[in-house]
Amino acid sequence: MNAIPPEIKAAPAADAPAATFLDRLFEDGVLMPTGVDGLYGRSGAFEEVIDGFERLVERFSREDGAMKIHFPPAMPRVNMEKSGYLKSFPQLAGSIHSFMGSDADHCQLIAAITEGRDWSEYQSPTDVVLTPAACYPLYPTVAARGAVPDAGLLFDLKSYCFRHEPSKEPTRMQLFRMRENVCIGTPEQVREFRERWLERGPKMIASLGLPCELDVANDPFFGRGGKLMARNQRDQQLKFELLIPVNDGADPTACLSFNYHQNHFGSLWGMKRADGEEAHSACVGFGLERIALALFRHHGNDVTKWPESVREVLFG
Amino acid sequence: MATQIRELIGNHKILPVPLERVRDEDDLYELGMTSFASVQLMLALEEAFDIEFPERMLNRKTFASISAIDRSVTELVSGRA
Repeated sequence: MNAIPPEIKAAPAADAPAATFLDRLFEDGVLMPTGVDGLYGRSGAFEEVIDGFERLVERFSREDGAMKIHFPPAMPRVNMEKSGYLKSFPQLAGSIHSFMGSDADHCQLIAAITEGRDWSEYQSPTDVVLTPAACYPLYPTVAARGAVPDAGLLFDLKSYCFRHEPSKEPTRMQLFRMRENVCIGTPEQVREFRERWLERGPKMIASLGLPCELDVANDPFFGRGGKLMARNQRDQQLKFELLIPVNDGADPTACLSFNYHQNHFGSLWGMKRADGEEAHSACVGFGLERIALALFRHHGNDVTKWPESVREVLFG
Repeated sequence: MATQIRELIGNHKILPVPLERVRDEDDLYELGMTSFASVQLMLALEEAFDIEFPERMLNRKTFASISAIDRSVTELVSGRA
């Protein structure tokens, strides 16, 4: 694993130009602003980098025999309610609302918008919420298919995900893509799966000429109670992150995460093995935009000038 | 105090097992208390005893057993007096 060079960890000098990494991405047309922080257009070159990285992931997931499934970036509202996501992350969740009123309500809606007033009272919740993590729609789908086979199950997922955390850090987007591999089975099977990816992850990132470090981590649980949940998660080493320095003067960014859910989703969704025991699960998540941004940060905004070894891995 | 703590655990359905079988020293997490249930228990204890768990106590150990909770709550209640 390469060490993080000090010039990237350090804050920019006081007399340095004020252009941030995000400014430079906009200037060079890698990302396009929309007027909302964390919601950006992506250039063709940016997308090709993501495609290249996904091929790298897919080489491993095919070798493992993972079944590929792509869900739309939204899921049933009832499934989010049941998942407990709102217990842990109410601040990040996004729900889709729509107008369901009468002609008279419509007039009031338009009047509110014209007058610049809050118009949300004329909206009602739909049956759909935005997917917060690529694997959330998977568990109820697996549970509905009956007992988990003895060999366990492996999936290769991808979805746009939404998290309400507007930020000027380009790595903290509100809508971003997550590629995930998920294992469902016995505690031994899922722990072995996680170990396998904990070995592969740093090697994949090193092959892209990027420095990284692995660390124990926790999810951003909400509120004071969330601190207790975060400590529980860390104490049990349920989450690891692979960190790459990306943002100016900030801590390195989690680009991959390795999560052992124990029987959390098994118990929640009634995912059982043939012997009646609750299934355990684990996932490895790849933050695709974050990985692409790390590559642009370290190798520059012109992909044609990236080191040949990196181009070979991505586009070979 | 332990009796009151037991009542709270029962009223808030913190454990999936009958409370009569739980001894004061038993590990509540091992008995099936989820991470989020421990948060609910923390909030219920704060309300019932008019205390606030300081950050140093927001960890797994504090809520690991009825006797551990008893010790933490006793410390906070006596500190308040």
